Order: sequence, then structure tokens, then C-alpha cells
Amino acid sequence: MSIFLRTFISGLNLGSIYALIALGYSMVYGIAKMLNFAHGDIIMIGAYTGIVAVMNLHLPPVVALIVSVIVCAGLGMLIETLAYKPLRQAPSLSVLITAIGVSYFLQNLALLIFGSEQKAYPQMSGLGSFTILDVKVDGITVMTLAVTAVIMIGLTLFINGTRMGKAMRAVSEDRGAAELMGISVNKTILITFAIGSGLAAIASAFYGMTYVYIKPTTGSMPGIKAFTAAVFGGIGSLPGAMLGGILLGLIEQFAKAYISTQWSDAIVFAVLILVLIVRPTGLLGKKSTEKV
Amino acid sequence: MSEKNRLVDAPSHVKLLERDLDKRPILECMHLGIDFGGLHAVEDLNITIGPTEISGLIGPNGAGKTTVFNLLTKVYEPTGGVIMIDGVDTRGKSTAQISHMGVARTFQNIRLFNHMSVLENVTAAMDARLKYGFGSSIFRLPAYWREEKRAREEARELLNAFGMSKEEETPAGSLPYGEQRRLEIVRALATKPRILLLDEPAAGMNPSETRELMENIRWIRETFNTAIFLIEHDMKLVMEVCDGIMVLNFGRVIAKGTPKDIQNDPQVIEAYLGRKKEAQHG
Repeated sequence: MSIFLRTFISGLNLGSIYALIALGYSMVYGIAKMLNFAHGDIIMIGAYTGIVAVMNLHLPPVVALIVSVIVCAGLGMLIETLAYKPLRQAPSLSVLITAIGVSYFLQNLALLIFGSEQKAYPQMSGLGSFTILDVKVDGITVMTLAVTAVIMIGLTLFINGTRMGKAMRAVSEDRGAAELMGISVNKTILITFAIGSGLAAIASAFYGMTYVYIKPTTGSMPGIKAFTAAVFGGIGSLPGAMLGGILLGLIEQFAKAYISTQWSDAIVFAVLILVLIVRPTGLLGKKSTEKV
Repeated sequence: MSEKNRLVDAPSHVKLLERDLDKRPILECMHLGIDFGGLHAVEDLNITIGPTEISGLIGPNGAGKTTVFNLLTKVYEPTGGVIMIDGVDTRGKSTAQISHMGVARTFQNIRLFNHMSVLENVTAAMDARLKYGFGSSIFRLPAYWREEKRAREEARELLNAFGMSKEEETPAGSLPYGEQRRLEIVRALATKPRILLLDEPAAGMNPSETRELMENIRWIRETFNTAIFLIEHDMKLVMEVCDGIMVLNFGRVIAKGTPKDIQNDPQVIEAYLGRKKEAQHG
């Protein structure tokens, strides 16, 4: 029982991180209609920013997190403006290749600045821990779950209840019609990138506090997992990204605990394939019926 | 039709409604054209539409009518010529900016935001005009609530005027066809246009719906004080509703004038029916 509970909690923890990253993937896909494969590397930049802010600038952890969110949001907007915006009319394959290029650029930039050795992410002390049913739960886990829940609720309210959220949904449904109704598509996409990258920065802090070591390629694995989570839940759907992320984290941790550590990733992807066979648009994806 | 609604020759050799004579035209195009890789889709197009005019654009299929609308709204960037909205040159303006200048349109094949509610479709079109930024929408400053409330009220009034109040919360995509067409017009009006471009508003409508639409078009002009430029294949509608008509064939204007002029224009008859004489004698 205590193994089950411990696995469940660590699965939620990991799943929250995946969900935060998957939200960025899904939002950008839904609104800009592109796969931003550089999204994972934003996490890495966010983590390094956190390290520099705490170790070199001696900022308190919360301030460091805010700095990291600002840096990542700015970086996301910069990437969109310089790399993706000029390709708005280009075939989606060109945009995809560009995104992969941006990903390698960011990794190599980090390699140049921080070197190839891994660095330790500053740990938040004083959060303490508590025990339920013989299972020790770290304060950071509780914080991860709580912050993720708040962000998910906030984002849902933002998308459904605000003007900018409405503009985002309009752009995602029909970019051309939205533009003809006076909605600035470029501005909407820019804000989408800012929000997605900001969420990645928050994910990076939780990732750093859970896995500690950061190196220039740190972003790729959680990036790919989160992308999987987004597809799993139905890419373009925000509740889908949240659900997909949480489920993926749970599946991964349960596979590790009960089946095999080495096979856990294979199991995760096998589940993904099964889900996509049954529901090609993902768990909560919209069915798109071709009009004849 | 009152005396003031007559089409008369303006000094600049264009025809205008008499009541619009002393006003600046809402839309003026000079030598407008676009090439698609050597193909002149639209060539040397000159349009003048007065601020209270209902103008029709007709022509056989493939004549370039929708292309003209796409040029006017900057979906395509013209390769030649000038478009002036209310006397302001539109070169270098984006589609969204054109909308802010007072040009709104509907589409030949309906393009609503299908998964959004009827009310949201209308308020989304209003939003781009409201002043206040990203910050106050996050922090929910009082200005936000004020504007938001006003937008919703305005949207409800518009929907009410078009008899759609009951469907406010329905997703636009699940409305019946005729209502979707009507919602497209409401959404376009929500942008507070000075000129409304209607791309085949009567397509797929039965005769009684078309009759209702004709009344609506005139009513919109009077109520919202806007010019209307429409593409339509239903000749009865065009002839009855329009003050002036332009006929487009192979991307060029072949005739311009009042509905009566157009009906008797030999070139127009030829474009639509083939050569008249051959048909008679053959």
C-alpha cells in the first residue's frame, strides 16, 4: 500500500511537470498551428536562469523564479518574432525544421555559456516534509501539485473568460476570419508564446528541484515526454494537455515501480500508441470531420 | 425610391448616389490589380462607393469577384493600384488594420468561430476595438469590467435586432444554415463597419429567406449608416436592392451603372448568355 501511495504521489509530481510543459506545446499548436520543438529547451534555459539567479546573483528562490519566468517569456517572444513569424505563410514543414534548428541553437548556446558539465539546481530548504500512511511527502511535491493546480485553473479562466483568451480561441478556429474581424493574429500568437514559455520556466524550477542536475540537453527528454502528453490528451486542447501530462507521469512512475525501470519509457509510448489507435485525436481531442 | 436615391454623374466621371455627392466616398479604388504568376486575376479596377450606397458586384463564375473582396481586405496584397478607405490610403496596412478602418466582410462559405458561442462570436469581433491592454485583462481593473459589460450589452442588442437572442449560448457551429449566415452579418456589424462587404449573402437561401435578406440589407444600411458592397448571383436581389452595379468578367469591369443600365447592356448580356444574335438565329 505504501509503495502504491508513494508511486502515486511521485507520479502526480512528475505528471504536473509534464502537464505544465504540455500546456505550452498544446497552446502554441492550437493557436499558431505549429509544433514548437524548441519548447523543451526553454525549460533548460529556465533552469540555468534559476541557477544563475540564486548562485551568482544571490536572489531569493521566489524572486529567482519570477526572473526565470520573465527571461523565458521574453525568449519565447524573441524566438517567435525572429524565427517563426517570417515563416507564417511558409509550408508547415519549413516551420518544423526551423523549430528543430532553434532547439539545437539553444542547446549549443547553453553549452558555450555554461559548459558541458552538469550543474546542481539550488534546492529550496525549509519546505519540510510530512508523512501520511507511512509515506514521506516532500514539501516541494506539495508545492508542485498546488502551483500546477492553480495555474491550470487560472489558465482555464483566462482562456474562457478574458478578451485575450477569446481572441486566442478565435485565432485557433479560423486565423483568416479572426484577422478580418480586426483581431491581430501576430499579437495573439506572440502572447501565446509568452505564456507557454512562462509556464515552461515554472516547470523548469520544479524539474530542477526534483531532478537536481541540469545540463544543456536537459530539456529534450521532458520536452519529448510533454509533447507525447499533449498528443496523448489531444493536441490543441488545454484540458487534454493537463490530463495527458498527469496520466503520463502516473503511467511512467507506476511502470517504474511495478514493471521495470528500464522499460518504463517503452511502456509509456506503448500506451500512447494504443490510445492513438482507439482515439486518433487523443483523449480529449476534437474530432475533425472532413466536410465534403 | 426617393429622389435622393438616384444615381447621378459626379464631376469625376463616376456615378454616385445623389445624396452622397457632397460626401467623401467611403471606398475608392484606382487602377487596382493583382497578378498571380503572370495571370491578371483583376486588372485596372476602378471603384467609387459613396458612404450610404448599396453597390453590387456581379459577373460569371471565376470572374474574380471574391478576389476583389480579398484585395479590399488585404487578404491579398494588390500588385498595382490604390485602395482608399474614407480617403485614407491603405498601402502597407494589414488585414486587421483594414478592419479597424471600417471594412467588415462575410464569406462565401461561412467562416464562423464554430466552437465558440453565438455571443462570443459577436464580442470577439468587438474586442479588437476596445482600449486596454493585456495587463488590465489579467488584473481585472475596473475599466476591464466596464468595457466587458458594455461589449456584452452591445452584442446582445445586435443579436436581438436580428432575432437571435435565444441562441446566445449556442455554439455557432450548431446553428442552422440560415442562422449561421445571419450571424456572420451580425459579427461583421459588431466591428462597426463604415462599409460592409457581403460575399454571396443569398447563397443557399430559399426565395422567402432571400426576400427577408433583401429587407435586411436595406434596413442595415439605414440603421447602421453603412455602405454595402455585395457579390451576388441572385439577379432579382441585386437588381432590386442595389443603387449601382458593376459587372466583372475575366478580372475587368465590363459595365457599370444603375440596375436598369446593366439589364440593357449588350456586353453584360453577352458575358452571361453568350452572343445574343447567335442564340436567336441559331
